[in-house]
Amino acid sequence: MAKHATPKLDQLESGPWPSFVSDIKQEAESRAKNPKGLDYQIPVDCPEDLLGVLELSYNDGETHWKHGGIVGVFGYGGGVIGRYCDQPEKFPGVAHFHTVRLNQPSGKYYTSEYLRALCDIWDLRGSGLTNMHGSTGDIVLLGTTTPQLEEIFWEVTHNLNTDLGGSGSNLRTPADCLGETRCEYACYDTSALAFEMTNEYQDELHRPAFPYKFKFKFDGCPNGCVAAIARSDFSVIGTWKDSIKIDQAAVKAYVAGEFKPNAGAHSGRDWGKFDLVKEVVELCPSEAITWDGAKLTIDRKECVRCMHCINTMPRALRIGDERGASILCGAKAPILDGAQMSSLVVPFVEAQSPFDEIKEVVENIWDWWMEEGKNRERLGETMKRLSLQKLLEVTGQPADPRHVMEPRHNPYIFFKEEEVPGGWDRDITEYRKRHLR
Amino acid sequence: MAFISSGYNPAKPMEGRITDIGPRDYNDFLPPVIAKNKGKWAYHEILEPGVLVHVAESGDKVFTVRVGAARLMSVTHIREICEIADKHCGGHLRFTTRNNVEFMVDDESKLAGLKADLASRKFAGGSNKFPIGGTGAGISNIVHTQGWVHCHTPATDASGPVKAIMDTVFDDFQNMRMPAPVRIALACCLNMCGAVHCSDIGVVGIHRKPPMIDHEWTDQLCEIPLAVASCPTAAVRPTKVEIGDKKVNSIAIKNERCMYCGNCYTMCPALPISDGEGDGLLIMVGGKVSNRISQPMFSKVVVAYIPNEMPRWPSLTEKIKHIIEVYAANARKYERLGEWADRIGWEKFFELTGLEFTHHLIDDFRDPAYYTWRQSTQFKF
Ligand code: HEM
Ligand code: HEM
Ligand code: HEM
Ligand code: HEM
Ligand code: SF4
Ligand code: SF4
Ligand code: SF4
Ligand code: SF4
Repeated sequence: MAKHATPKLDQLESGPWPSFVSDIKQEAESRAKNPKGLDYQIPVDCPEDLLGVLELSYNDGETHWKHGGIVGVFGYGGGVIGRYCDQPEKFPGVAHFHTVRLNQPSGKYYTSEYLRALCDIWDLRGSGLTNMHGSTGDIVLLGTTTPQLEEIFWEVTHNLNTDLGGSGSNLRTPADCLGETRCEYACYDTSALAFEMTNEYQDELHRPAFPYKFKFKFDGCPNGCVAAIARSDFSVIGTWKDSIKIDQAAVKAYVAGEFKPNAGAHSGRDWGKFDLVKEVVELCPSEAITWDGAKLTIDRKECVRCMHCINTMPRALRIGDERGASILCGAKAPILDGAQMSSLVVPFVEAQSPFDEIKEVVENIWDWWMEEGKNRERLGETMKRLSLQKLLEVTGQPADPRHVMEPRHNPYIFFKEEEVPGGWDRDITEYRKRHLR
Repeated sequence: MAFISSGYNPAKPMEGRITDIGPRDYNDFLPPVIAKNKGKWAYHEILEPGVLVHVAESGDKVFTVRVGAARLMSVTHIREICEIADKHCGGHLRFTTRNNVEFMVDDESKLAGLKADLASRKFAGGSNKFPIGGTGAGISNIVHTQGWVHCHTPATDASGPVKAIMDTVFDDFQNMRMPAPVRIALACCLNMCGAVHCSDIGVVGIHRKPPMIDHEWTDQLCEIPLAVASCPTAAVRPTKVEIGDKKVNSIAIKNERCMYCGNCYTMCPALPISDGEGDGLLIMVGGKVSNRISQPMFSKVVVAYIPNEMPRWPSLTEKIKHIIEVYAANARKYERLGEWADRIGWEKFFELTGLEFTHHLIDDFRDPAYYTWRQSTQFKF
């Protein structure tokens, strides 16, 4: 018999999509039965009280978590999101309900052995509930009490060889698309870069030293499967410099209908026979493709590497061989100044282990932003306040037409004094000699 | 409940402490066929909704079955995922950037058994545990947030609306009939944790009333200058108020300048803002992050307010379903929702969807607002 009546939440058990309510109830039952005979370190009925407090929120239309909560582990300034219920007497099982962020492996590959070991720790010391995964990438362990935090940290570092993720004004947990592990479009090894950068900057991740949060994300190509351009202050997106590789026989196989366009992504509807001209040539944003009925050619100098033709004919067109990445900076959610996507800063950078060229850009940006960024100002906002020119200067990038969508249309232009013959120190009496008052 | 020590000694907290070890090396977790062919993939195909095959230059193949997941999940559920991985996949699995789960096998003969096993598993309430889908031009999982399950600043729930929306669009999780993929994301407040500002369809929790001010606690709990600096419209200022015979430092808010973003509450616990009947959701459409054909786009607000209707948010799910159907019926192949709306013009988008255009949808935030008005005589009647 459930501890709290949950008539509203019960209605979220029907329907085809996996029900989080059914799953939480299954966990509550499992804890009540306790088949392994565990000495649960937080209240056995924690998941039931979570359903209870959620049902109360469904009745009130308001959250029942108190503001904030500052907890953690010694040595670190972040990694744990504290949380306390505002009705602790009604729902003692979630009076403390802190979240622990654990750093996930690149590409989120796991073995069952690892996940089971993690579940064993969390079963004993937490609610048994998780988020797989947080939107930044972390494994999120949802709900435990303050005295368990050090115990959990001890177990994950000593027994799982796994560290906490980031929170607060610091480098947050980096994340990557699966890249070379299972994608033929990957222009560099995103998994290796994510692993390398996370290890290189452990101190910046665990001990807040920044004006505000800072995120890295690594996409293998412009398709953006980890959405780096929208969800990270420092976005690395793979690309190539030479020509798209064309297999003319395979192009013919597409035209003949042997190969399905876009690998079959539209097979749920009859879109007619594949029309190479309509579906590829005419949709190329820079009109770089020609098809004479027998041969497909791409004008490499006009291609903006949008991926459309490759996505549509993956068996005929391949990314080039001279590979690297673009670096874009400044993406953020709306608060305060408005949402930003990242803006192009380095058009092409080498992206080979140990990724020194990329680290150099990061460190130049941090040196500047840590000094100049205002309290709680994201990099994107610092760029708006102090200008893209400044960011280019500190990263040693000469200005280039690729840095803009279009040149400015206002004439309010700053010059450096040294650019102007004679400088800015002028004598009005000299001027008056030529121009009487 | 007896305390069980992990080995940690609270009397000597820094003794034996391990720090800065980072995540586990992903190479420890790669299935053998992936480890062997990493960086040497030739092409891929989507065999059917939810099932992919990647073919390596060596000729090796890896078959992937993608299944939906609620993101918020129990250790019991994770253990069931492990059991399936042990049974069919040599103990390997992965999660996607949209929080689906992928099971991989290296031989086609193992595929049918895996799929049948996944499709057969249901929760006690009847919902699928592992629905197969989420590939190609369909609707995949919804990137979402904490809601009333864990956060203190939400204006709506996350897990509940997501379940309600996914039930409504479920057929399109298991089909690929859209002109292009439709990404849905949900955030329970304007912090927009996640991807709503860059999704085909974004749902965001909003408030419609200024914060209350807990004057007695303001200068006790908050660093007032931070609250002042937190306001995008400069509606917050410091002030002194009398409580009984005491004069305290506190905060004043210009209600007519406040647009209820809640950021001052994020900074100051004495400024609670949530409100059962005031709060609700808005719908944005037309964002994308890929660079395919057009450049990445922000999503734009097309419905300024929908009430919270627990537990199944019927007005919200109905509107989303309707927008998706009108898009599917009108857009061209490969055309994302935002590209379609840009091509036909937003006045046409409102005409076709029948959504009401209200004054709330006209941008009025600082200088850039001007660039969203129409400096042209080109429009459709
Ligand atoms: C009991 C105390 C508090 C708890 C448990 C708590 C908890 C949290 C959590 C979990 C976050 C999210 C962090 C993340 O995204 O990684 C957060 C963010 C934040 N909290 Fe608190 N908080 C508390 C007190 C405060 C106080 C006293 C202030 C200010 C006076 C404050 C201001 C903020 C701000 C500004 C953020 C946004 C941080 C960011 O965007 O990185 N919190 N808080
Ligand atoms: C107030 C408390 C807050 C809570 C409880 C909270 C919670 C979370 C959580 C759990 C995640 C996923 C983290 C992970 O995977 O490790 C996240 C991501 C995110 N948060 Fe928050 N957050 C808070 C405040 C904020 C604020 C103030 C902002 C911005 C102004 C913000 C913007 C974001 C964004 C944009 C992401 C997604 C980043 C990505 O896609 O990687 N959050 N938040
Ligand atoms: C026991 C007392 C306190 C502790 C342990 C503490 C600890 C913390 C921690 C860990 C954070 C980072 C939270 C996050 O973003 O994840 C934080 C943020 C903050 N705290 Fe405190 N705090 C305390 C008291 C206060 C008080 C009394 C104030 C204001 C009067 C305050 C103002 C802030 C502010 C404004 C932030 C956000 C700073 C930022 O993100 O730029 N804190 N605090
Ligand atoms: C001392 C200041 C200015 C003087 C003496 C001046 C003078 C003139 C004159 C003599 C003309 C030609 C008028 C005609 O064809 O009959 C003209 C045209 C124009 N002025 Fe100015 N102007 C001044 C400032 C400005 C400013 C501040 C602006 C804009 C911000 C401006 C924008 C224009 C434009 C756009 C035209 C062309 C209008 C058209 O297309 O016919 N002028 N100005
Ligand atoms: S971003 Fe590109 S390389 Fe990475 S998984 Fe997506 S398509 Fe593949
Ligand atoms: S990648 Fe894009 S821009 Fe380049 S040829 Fe193909 S469709 Fe055109
Ligand atoms: S979107 Fe807002 S309410 Fe939701 S988890 Fe993020 S900060 Fe909390
Ligand atoms: S809710 Fe937002 S707009 Fe209103 S006073 Fe607070 S910070 Fe300013």
